[in-house]
Amino acid sequence: MAIAKALNAGLQKAMQDDPKVLMFGEDVAQLGGVFRVTEGLHKEFGDSRVFNTPIAESGIVGTAIGLAMRGYRPVTEIQFDGFVFPAFNQITTQLAKLTSRSEGFLQMPVVIRIPYGGGIGAVEHHSESPEAYFAHTPGLRIVTPSNPNDAYWMIQEAIKSPDPVIIFEPKRRYWQKGPVNLDIPPMPLHSARLMREGTDVTLLAYGPMVTTALQAAELGAGEGINIEVIDLRSLSPIDYPTLFASANKTGRVVMVHEAPTNVSLSSEIAARIAENCFYSLEAPVLRVGGFDTPYPPAKLEEAYLPDADRILEAVDRSMAY
Amino acid sequence: MTPDNSTPMMQLLAPDGTYGVPAQYAKYGEIIDSLGEDQLKTFYRDMARIRRFDIEAIALQRQGQLGLWVPAIGQEGAQIGSGYAVGPNDHIFPSYREHGVAITHGVELMSILKMMRGVNHGGWNPEETRYHLYSIVLGAQVLHAVGYAMGVKFDGRVGTGDKDSDLAVISYFGDGATAEGDVSESLLFAAVYEAPIVFFVQNNQWAISSPVEQVTKVPLYMRGSGFGVPGMRVDGNDVLACYAATKLHMDEAREGAGPYLIEALTYRIGAHTTSDDPSKYRDESEVEYWKARDPIARFETFLRRQGIEDSFFEDVKQAGDELAADIREQTFALTTPPLENIFDFVYSESHPDIVQQRAWLKAYEESMGSHE
Repeated sequence: MAIAKALNAGLQKAMQDDPKVLMFGEDVAQLGGVFRVTEGLHKEFGDSRVFNTPIAESGIVGTAIGLAMRGYRPVTEIQFDGFVFPAFNQITTQLAKLTSRSEGFLQMPVVIRIPYGGGIGAVEHHSESPEAYFAHTPGLRIVTPSNPNDAYWMIQEAIKSPDPVIIFEPKRRYWQKGPVNLDIPPMPLHSARLMREGTDVTLLAYGPMVTTALQAAELGAGEGINIEVIDLRSLSPIDYPTLFASANKTGRVVMVHEAPTNVSLSSEIAARIAENCFYSLEAPVLRVGGFDTPYPPAKLEEAYLPDADRILEAVDRSMAY
Repeated sequence: MTPDNSTPMMQLLAPDGTYGVPAQYAKYGEIIDSLGEDQLKTFYRDMARIRRFDIEAIALQRQGQLGLWVPAIGQEGAQIGSGYAVGPNDHIFPSYREHGVAITHGVELMSILKMMRGVNHGGWNPEETRYHLYSIVLGAQVLHAVGYAMGVKFDGRVGTGDKDSDLAVISYFGDGATAEGDVSESLLFAAVYEAPIVFFVQNNQWAISSPVEQVTKVPLYMRGSGFGVPGMRVDGNDVLACYAATKLHMDEAREGAGPYLIEALTYRIGAHTTSDDPSKYRDESEVEYWKARDPIARFETFLRRQGIEDSFFEDVKQAGDELAADIREQTFALTTPPLENIFDFVYSESHPDIVQQRAWLKAYEESMGSHE
C-alpha cells in the first residue's frame, strides 16, 4: 500500500469508528484532495462529514476549533505546506492555547494534515518544510510518517488524541509503497524508531528524508561505515531517550532534514544531545539540511535538497574527528 | 463623531426617554410589548450594576490591584439588551469588553477580574456558562463561534420546532475587529454553511485611537451583505432596541434562517483600556455629546415615566455599592498561584518536555529553599 492510500485507509477507519470525526478543507470532497488522500470518503460519509471549504485557511482552522468545542473531532487538510501561514494565528494563538487558557475545561482534538517538503517539481510555496514553527509552539503535537504502516496508524492515533496534532505528510513519498499491518499499531505515536542498526555513526531523519537516510546508510556500508538510522516519527514531543541511547552507543550523530538548518529541529536536537551525551560524543552533532534561502525554483531543487552524497559528506566529517 | 443620520437605525427609546415604535419596526415593538415590569427593572438593575462594577474595576487598576482594566462604560445598553435576548441553550463568544453580557448569563465577575489581575488567562468553564473565554486577538473568536454554529447545525439542533432543544450562537466584536480577515472569513463560512449565528457588532466608534470612519467606508451593518449575511443597525444606547433586535434574530437563527448581523451604534465613553489616553486623539465635546445620550439615564427616565418609584432606583444604587465593596474585598483576597501551575493544562495528555521542566522547577525551588 502507498503512503497516500494508507492515510486514506486510516482516515476511513477513524471515520467509521467515530461519527464525530469530520474531514474538511480545500477540494477534499468529490475530488479527494489534490493528492487524493481523501478519495472516496465523501462518497462513503456524505456532505455532513466530508466537505469542501472556501479557500480560507484561517477559516478552516478557526471553524475546526469551534467544531471541537461542540464535541466534534475535526480533521482538516491544508492543501500545501506554504499555504498554512494564513492559519498561523489560529493555530498558534488559539488552537495551541485554548486548553491552557481554559485551565483544562476545553480539549482541542483537532488534526491538521499538511503535505510538506519538496521534490515534486512544483511552483513556489508548494515544497516547504515549516515544521519548526509549530514544533516551537507549546500546546501542539507534531508527527510525520515516513512509511505506509506509520501513515495508517499515525493518522488514526492523531485523531484519537485530545490535543491538537499536526501531521506533516511527506508529499514526494505519497506514492512510496510498503506493507501495512491493519491489526496492530507499530508503536506509541510519539516514539522514534530504529530503522537500521549500526555502530559507527547515528543518522537522524524524519518524514521524506528517512528514505534518503537509508540510501545513504546502504552506500556507507559499501564504504565500510556502519550507519545507524533513526526515524524520529514525532517532532513534538521528541523521543529523546531513543536518540540519546543511540548517540551514547555510536558517539557520532548526523541529522538530516529538508528544512533550512538555522533554528531548526536539528538545532534543538544537537543542543540536547550535547547536553545529555557529552561524555559519549566523539564528534559534534553535524547537520545536513536545506540552505537558509527561500525554497528554490523547481529546476534547482534536486541540487538544493539533501541527498545521500550530502549526508555521506557529513558522515565522513563526523568520522574524521 | 456624531451619527450619520442618513443611515437607517432602529431606535425605540429616544435619548429623552420617549418610547415609540416606527411602523417599519413593528415586529420588534411586539417583542417589547411582551416584556413585564420585572424584566424592564432587571435591564436597568444590570446596566447600573455593571457600570458600578466598571468604575470600581478602574479604581482597582489605578490602585495597582489589577494589571489592566477594559471599561465598557457607555455600552451597557448594547450589552445588557443583547445579553438578555440570548436563550438558555445558546452559546456566546465574546471579545474582551463584554462584561455586561457576562452578568446576563450568571458569569462570576471575579473570573474576569482574576484574568485582568493577571492570575490566569480566563479559566472559567465555557461549557457550563455558555459564555466562552475572552479572546484578545481581535476577531479570532468569531471563527470559533461560526464553527460552533456549524456543529449545532450538523447536530440537527436548528429549526426542529422544539424550542427546548434548538439553539443558536452569538458572537460579539467591535468596529475595530471588522478589519480582521477572520471576521470576513467568518461571515463567508456562516453564509456558506447557513450557520445559526448572530454577529453582534458593537460600533463604539473608536478602535483605540482610530475613529470608525478610518476603518470602514460603508456602515458596518452592510458589511455582511456581500457575503450573503443581512444586517441592521440599531441604537446601541437603547437597551430595548438591542434586546428586540437580538431576540428576533436569535429566534430566527434558531429556526433556521441562517446568519444575521446587528450593528449596535454606541460610544466608548471611557478609554480603550486603563493604559490608554483618549485626550490625545478625541475632543471632550464629542464625549459630552454621547454622555447626553447615555443608555442608563435614558432608560431611567423611561422607567420613571412608567411609574417606577424612587425606592427602586435607590435600591439599585445601594446594591451597586455593595457589589463594588464585595469585588474590592475579593480582589484584595486573590492569591497568586504557584508557578508550577503553568504546566497543568498545556496538554490534555502528558508531554515529556512538560514533565521534565516541571520536575526541574520543583528541584530548583527546593534547592533554593522553601517559599512557604
